[in-house]
Amino acid sequence: MMAEAIQIQVNGEQRGCQADASVGDLLRELAIKTERVAVELNLEILDRKEFDQRRLKEGDRVEILSFIGGGS
Amino acid sequence: MTGDRLIIGGYEFKSRLFVGTGKYKDFAETKKAIEASGADVVTVAVRRINITDRTKENLLDYLDPKKYTILPNTAGCYNVEDALRYARLARAAGVSDLIKLEVLGDERTLFPDTAGLIEAAKILVKEGFIVLPYTNDDPIVAQKLVDIGCPAVMPLAAPIGSGLGIRNPYNLKIMMEMVKVPIIVDAGVGTASDAALAMELGADAVLMNTAIAGAQDPIAMAEAMKYAVYAGRLAYKAGRIPRKLYATASSPIEGML
Repeated sequence: MMAEAIQIQVNGEQRGCQADASVGDLLRELAIKTERVAVELNLEILDRKEFDQRRLKEGDRVEILSFIGGGS
Repeated sequence: MTGDRLIIGGYEFKSRLFVGTGKYKDFAETKKAIEASGADVVTVAVRRINITDRTKENLLDYLDPKKYTILPNTAGCYNVEDALRYARLARAAGVSDLIKLEVLGDERTLFPDTAGLIEAAKILVKEGFIVLPYTNDDPIVAQKLVDIGCPAVMPLAAPIGSGLGIRNPYNLKIMMEMVKVPIIVDAGVGTASDAALAMELGADAVLMNTAIAGAQDPIAMAEAMKYAVYAGRLAYKAGRIPRKLYATASSPIEGML
């Protein structure tokens, strides 16, 4: 049985994803390497060890951040 | 100068020039400028990844993490809550516990909100961060930051990006005498002599971004800054002559006709 699609928000944009996908699945789908990346799920900062364990639900807000050029 | 290492929070650095990575034309220029500067420490900001355009390059592909110490900052944060959030996200990215803490008070001056800075620093120190706070030239605030556990302080020389150089050398000199942790002069440096002056006053390091990235030839300016910081440090350690109102001749009178 195919998992349903759910709507989540990633970096401020609406996006569809498979119900019960993990954060790790999402990162792989977006081709984002997990090193030097920080993920916040509904305002909770995730430990990278949990990426594959945390499942996404309808309406979840995900923020994926990394380092960019900046001085002050 | 062999053996003149800068030690902060358990890290040891050879170069006393820290550089930011913003405002460059492109990553290739960023990389060349940083190499020319000889810097060991490089600051970065924490921002959303571009998920729609995955072809966009990543700054970190140009900076070898084995060669440089990445110092994330909380740039753009105007309150304690935001600064804490960004600091914790920076650490979650898994590089280190170092954070350059900025809690800004005003958009035009980008001066620090020192009350918010002290509050955020206290919390982050308790959470095990190595907090390097961007502060002003008030020695009292600097001492408070040291008292709550910051292993170094980063007083501004002038507003970020202003290029005005050391606006209050007297306060900075007092800070260097009163405060017993490394002092990294940050913000407002415009050209090489500003950096040399900071080091001559007794600063332990200088951080700059715009002075290099905004120069007409950033690679050349980066090299100039490398020499300026080195020269200023050498001059400081060499012990300058005192300033006098009147002349003291350098040649003897004896033997004159």
